[in-house]
Amino acid sequence: MLPPGFSRPARRSIGLSALVVVAALSCVAASTAEPASAPSPPQTLRETGLYLPGTGLVVDPAHLAFSPQYPLWTDGATKRRWLSLPPQTSIDASRPNAWDFPVGTRLWKEFSFGRAVETRYIERLADGQWLYATYIWNETGTDATLAPADGVRGLPVAGAPDGRYSVPGEFDCRACHEGAAVPVLGFNALQLSPDRDPLAPHADAFSATDLRQLVARGLIRNLPRELLDAPPRIAATSPTERAALGYLHGNCGHCHNADGSPVPVDARLAQDVSLGAKSSEQVLRSLLDASSRFRAADLPHDARVVAPGRPEASTLLWRVRSTNPQTQMPPLGVRALDREALELLERWITERSSNLPES
Amino acid sequence: MKLSIAFCLGLLGVHLTAGSAFAGDDASKEARVARGKYLVTVAVCNDCHTPWKMGEAGPEPDMSRMLSGHPAQLKVAAPAKAPEGAWNIVAAPTMTAWSGPWGVSFTANLTPDKETGLGKWTESTFIQTIRTGRHMGRGRPILPPMPQPMYKNFTDEDLKAIFSYLQSIPAVENRVPEPLPAAAAKE
Repeated sequence: MLPPGFSRPARRSIGLSALVVVAALSCVAASTAEPASAPSPPQTLRETGLYLPGTGLVVDPAHLAFSPQYPLWTDGATKRRWLSLPPQTSIDASRPNAWDFPVGTRLWKEFSFGRAVETRYIERLADGQWLYATYIWNETGTDATLAPADGVRGLPVAGAPDGRYSVPGEFDCRACHEGAAVPVLGFNALQLSPDRDPLAPHADAFSATDLRQLVARGLIRNLPRELLDAPPRIAATSPTERAALGYLHGNCGHCHNADGSPVPVDARLAQDVSLGAKSSEQVLRSLLDASSRFRAADLPHDARVVAPGRPEASTLLWRVRSTNPQTQMPPLGVRALDREALELLERWITERSSNLPES
Repeated sequence: MKLSIAFCLGLLGVHLTAGSAFAGDDASKEARVARGKYLVTVAVCNDCHTPWKMGEAGPEPDMSRMLSGHPAQLKVAAPAKAPEGAWNIVAAPTMTAWSGPWGVSFTANLTPDKETGLGKWTESTFIQTIRTGRHMGRGRPILPPMPQPMYKNFTDEDLKAIFSYLQSIPAVENRVPEPLPAAAAKE
């Protein structure tokens, strides 16, 4: 008896159908085998190995602290980040935009509003997939425990906008991290370039770990020589444009890129360090005077994704400024406006007086 | 001669094996699409994603526009005002536009039209959309009355079957508008 909706394939001959049945049974056996259960995250942050055992909350000095030059805005939270590679391993950087991290790689990012609120954790598993988890700190800051898989909405946090903070669920993590060529978003050639952007919003002046140090310590291999000789830098017509494109790379490029699943607005905001100056040209061609189907009451009828010289007619700016969940960009992980970035983007669009020449 | 017979038998074996593999693939795909059709039917996707019309026996889904979402020509400029009393949700006669405290939601075109439907979607995009409750798995939240909080519990195999079926139905060109916020916005 087949379940409703199923129909039997027509029989062609006894001999052939017997073979088909054997093949089909083999297929069924393969497809219905119980999948290996995915490893569960540890119940506490301590168990992930971030801290030296028996030392309270002293971060293991073997972990690499780092700070991307174009950080993600998260409602004004301050952040600390670490990466850990298994002993005797290194990152394969032969694909400059998609570094291959060894199995066992772990990364942590701590979010604070006066006190630590959450620490996010990802780990590369034996099968090559990534595990995502979030740990919520207690109010006394002595321990952090695993958050529910669906996350927590409206956690009371003094210092957060409106005193509320949302902890992402596992699918929220995957939504951003798995939209790019590789799920590690802040640890790459551009973000760790020693040629840092002094106008990048919310960035630390220095990173404890940068590209040259990683090469010198043998922690990355196969990095194209030219990226070491001339560290990645966003090509731009002005310092303002460099910072604006960097902000879009760090905050939007993990979804709006040429590598992942399609999204409705076909903007290419992720920089490609293998293209040199042509990377920015590719980004700008997807933005400047690009048609936009998005409409809102206070946008002119001829609005473009970025209308050079006309911030009021640029849907990009409108959507970064929106706090409506249906229209805001980025669509998740943000509740409070990034006013410094809005001022930067508006200044860039105002100063950007012309489109690119025809290619 | 013995070699020739063995060679012919070998060829026959290769032919039969390859043929059975292709037949198995076809049967498997056919079964998956049928399973998807069954799931789409009993999960009442047509109730909202197929525009309704007035038939001989009253309102019924217009299957000539099966699963093509809110008709583009049926313009909605602003949220509806709910009637007095215990009401807060208003639906268009097509059952494809819903006005409520969230604003106005329009049901999506689920046909495989390349520009206005799911034609450019991947199986992964579809699964992520249902799992996350976000447009294309990463964008804005999916709005009521889409029962995504229940549908996210479908198994991967169920969602793959549903996607296979949706990719097999006739494509309908119909660009569904973006949702309207609770405060009025123009189309």
